[in-house]
Amino acid sequence: MILTGADIVVNCLKDEGVEYIFGYPGGAALHIYDAIYNQDAVKHILVRHEQGAAHAADGYARATGKPGVVLVTSGPGVTNTVTGLATAHMDSIPMVVITGQVPSGLIGDDAFQEVDTVGVTRPCVKHNFLVKDVKKIAETIKKAFYIATSGRPGPVVVDIPKDISAHEAEYHYPEKIEMRSYQPRTCGHGKMIKKSVELLLGAKKPIIYTGGGAILAEAEKPLTKLVDKLGYPSTSTLMGLGAIPATHPTFLGMLGMHGTYESNLAMYHCDVMLAVGARFDDRVTGDLDKFAPNARIIHIDIDPSSIGKNVAVEVPIVGDCKSVLENMLDLLEGATDSINRSEVDNWWETIKEWKAVDSLQYDTSDTVIKPQYVIQKLFEITGGDAYVTSDVGQHQMWAAQYYQFEKPRRWINSGGLGTMGFGLPAAMGVQFGFPDDLVVCVTGDASIQMCLQELSTCLQYNLPIKIVNLNNQYMGMVRQWQEFFYDRRYSHSYMDALPDFVKLSESYGHVGILVENPKDVESAIKEAISMKDRLVFIDVITDPEENVYPMIAAGKGHNEIQLKPSKSEVENRELA
Amino acid sequence: MKRVISLLLEHEPGALARVAGLFTARGYNIESLTVAPTEDPSLARMTIVTSGSDAIIEQIVKQLNKLVDVVKLRSLSDGRYLGRELMLVKVEAGTADQRNDMQRLVSIFRGRVIDVTDATYTIEMTGNSDKVDAFLLALNDVELIEVVRSGILGIGRGKKTLRI
Repeated sequence: MILTGADIVVNCLKDEGVEYIFGYPGGAALHIYDAIYNQDAVKHILVRHEQGAAHAADGYARATGKPGVVLVTSGPGVTNTVTGLATAHMDSIPMVVITGQVPSGLIGDDAFQEVDTVGVTRPCVKHNFLVKDVKKIAETIKKAFYIATSGRPGPVVVDIPKDISAHEAEYHYPEKIEMRSYQPRTCGHGKMIKKSVELLLGAKKPIIYTGGGAILAEAEKPLTKLVDKLGYPSTSTLMGLGAIPATHPTFLGMLGMHGTYESNLAMYHCDVMLAVGARFDDRVTGDLDKFAPNARIIHIDIDPSSIGKNVAVEVPIVGDCKSVLENMLDLLEGATDSINRSEVDNWWETIKEWKAVDSLQYDTSDTVIKPQYVIQKLFEITGGDAYVTSDVGQHQMWAAQYYQFEKPRRWINSGGLGTMGFGLPAAMGVQFGFPDDLVVCVTGDASIQMCLQELSTCLQYNLPIKIVNLNNQYMGMVRQWQEFFYDRRYSHSYMDALPDFVKLSESYGHVGILVENPKDVESAIKEAISMKDRLVFIDVITDPEENVYPMIAAGKGHNEIQLKPSKSEVENRELA
Repeated sequence: MKRVISLLLEHEPGALARVAGLFTARGYNIESLTVAPTEDPSLARMTIVTSGSDAIIEQIVKQLNKLVDVVKLRSLSDGRYLGRELMLVKVEAGTADQRNDMQRLVSIFRGRVIDVTDATYTIEMTGNSDKVDAFLLALNDVELIEVVRSGILGIGRGKKTLRI
C-alpha cells in the first residue's frame, strides 16, 4: 500500500493501538493533521497549549500504563512541549511525541517556526529521531514506541520535516524491532537475588523502601506479598505511593523531606534496606553523609545507572522489579522461619514509639479551613479510590500525606521535575483513560494558573474533573521556605490579584463553588462529585500560613526531622 | 586519574552530540574525544579520555551505556591498552641554526617534518601522550606557531577487543 508520510504516521499509530493523540496543529504538522481528519480510528484531542498536550499524554500514561502520544508543530510547538518532556523524563513515563519540522531543504536556514528539535529536546528525552526519508517513518515510530515503553521508560521524540510527511512510500509497520544498540536487561542476576534474600532474612532492623519504579513495573502484587511474608516495615517515595496499600499494616507512610517521622527514623536506624525501583533522590535521602549510616543496602532497579549513583549499594540487582521480586518470593518460600523474630519485634516496638508521635497531626479549627482537613475529607468521601492528580507545592505534599492511596497509578504528580501546571492537563489525560472514574485535581492558587487555559479543553470534551483548589493566596511552599530560611521575607510569593475562580470556571462553562467555612468542606466535595457530567472547580479558601510538617530541611539527615512546633513554641518564636 | 573509554556507536547524525551533551549535562570531565567511522560504515568508534573518582567513572560508563546509540563500550584503562596520539606542530624555523636544532630534535623523537617554508617547519609526531608531551617540553625555547593534537586513539592489547 503506497501512502504519504502523513498517512503512514497515522497508520502506525493505529497499528500500535493508540487511542488518543493529544496535540495542537500548526504549519509543519498540517499534512499529518490532514491525515488525522480522514480517519476516526485514532482520536485527536485538541488542547489549548502544547504544554497541556504533553502533560495530558503523560497523565494518560501514568494512569493507564500505556504510552501517551503527542502531536505538535515545529518551533514554538516543540519548545512549549519541552517542559512536558522533561517532566515525563524525570519520572520515567513512556511517551511518543511526534513533532512537525520545517521542510528538509530549509533546516538550518532559520526558517519560520524552525527550532533544532533534536538538539533542544535531547537532554530531556530518553531518545529522539529526525526522520529524513519517508521510507524510514514506520520503522522509526516502531522504534520510538519500543524505546519509550521498554527498560526504564521515558519520552521519545520523532521529528518529521514537512516534505517527508508529503512524500510517498510503501507502508509496512514492523511487528517487532531489534536494535543492536538497545537491549534493556529485565532478568535479575540469580546470585545477587539469592544474596539479597539471605541479607533480608538475617536483618534485625529491616526496611523496605519502594519508588516509582515499582509502579511502572506493575510490581504491586509481588511487592505486597513480599512485605506480608517478611512482616517488615515498608515505606514509599512520593512516586511510589499506592504500590503497597496505604492502610497495609506494615506501611509507615511516605518518607523523605515531608515524610512521616516513623518512616524517616526507620530509614536512619535500619540495618538492612531493600530499595525497590527507587533512585535515592535528594528529597528522599537528605544529607547523603547522614543517610542510613548502618544500612546494608539491596537495590533493585531496571536502570543500571540508578544503582550506586548516590548511595553505595551492597547488593545491586539490575532487572525488572516485578520479575526480581517474584524470584525473591520463590527463594523465600519456606525460608522465613530463619527470620530473627524477636529482634524484628523489638524493631517494630521502636517504630511504634515513633509512630505514637503522630507526626501528621495538625491543629483543627472551626473558623479557618485547614488544608489537611480538606484532603482528609476528600479521602473519606472517595474511599481512597479516586485518581488524584496534583500540581507542585504544599498542596501536593498534603495530598501525598493525607490521601491514603490504596492502589497503584491512582496518584499522578510531577515528582522529579516538580512542574507547576501539571495537575489539570494530567487530570484530562487520566479522565480520557478512565472516562467513568472519578478524577480529582488537587491544586493551589498559584499552580492552577500555570495551565489554566485547559479548562477550555475540558469543556470541549466534557471532562467531569473535580478541581480542589487549596487557595491560600500564596505560593505556599515558597512562602514556607521564606518563613523558615529567609526570616519571613516573603519575596514575591504572594499573589495580590487572584481571579475570582468561581466566575472564571463559570466563564469557561463549568461549575464553580466557593468554600470559606470548615463546615462546608464536606458538602461541597459531595456536591461536586454528585455532578457526574460537569467539571466542578471547588475554590477552598485555606489557612494562609499553614506549613507542611514534618520536614527535613534541605541538606539535613533523616534523624534531623522537624516536627510541627507546639503552640507554646510558636508563641515563644513570635515573642522573640 | 586519567581513564580511557572506547565505544562503538551507531554512525548516525547526532550520536556525537549525545555523548558530548551527556558529559556537559552531568558535569563530567572530558580531556579528549576522538571519533571516526569504522570499517563498517554503520558504526563509529570513539575514544574518550576522562578523569574522576572510581564512583564517577562508574557512572560515566553506565550513563554512556544507557545512550540508545551506544552499541558497545569498554573501559580500556581497566586493562592493558595502547593509546596513541597524533600531533602537528608548526614552529618558527627561519635560520640555519633553528632548522638544524629542530631536525635533530625531531629525529630523536622519531617524528617527521612534513612541511617546510622559508620561515616555518611543520612536524608530525605520534606516540603515547607522554611522548607527545615530552616533545612539546623539549620545544621549550622554540617559538610555537600552532599546535594541533588529535586526542588519544585507544585499542586493547592482545585478546582484549571491542567489536560486535
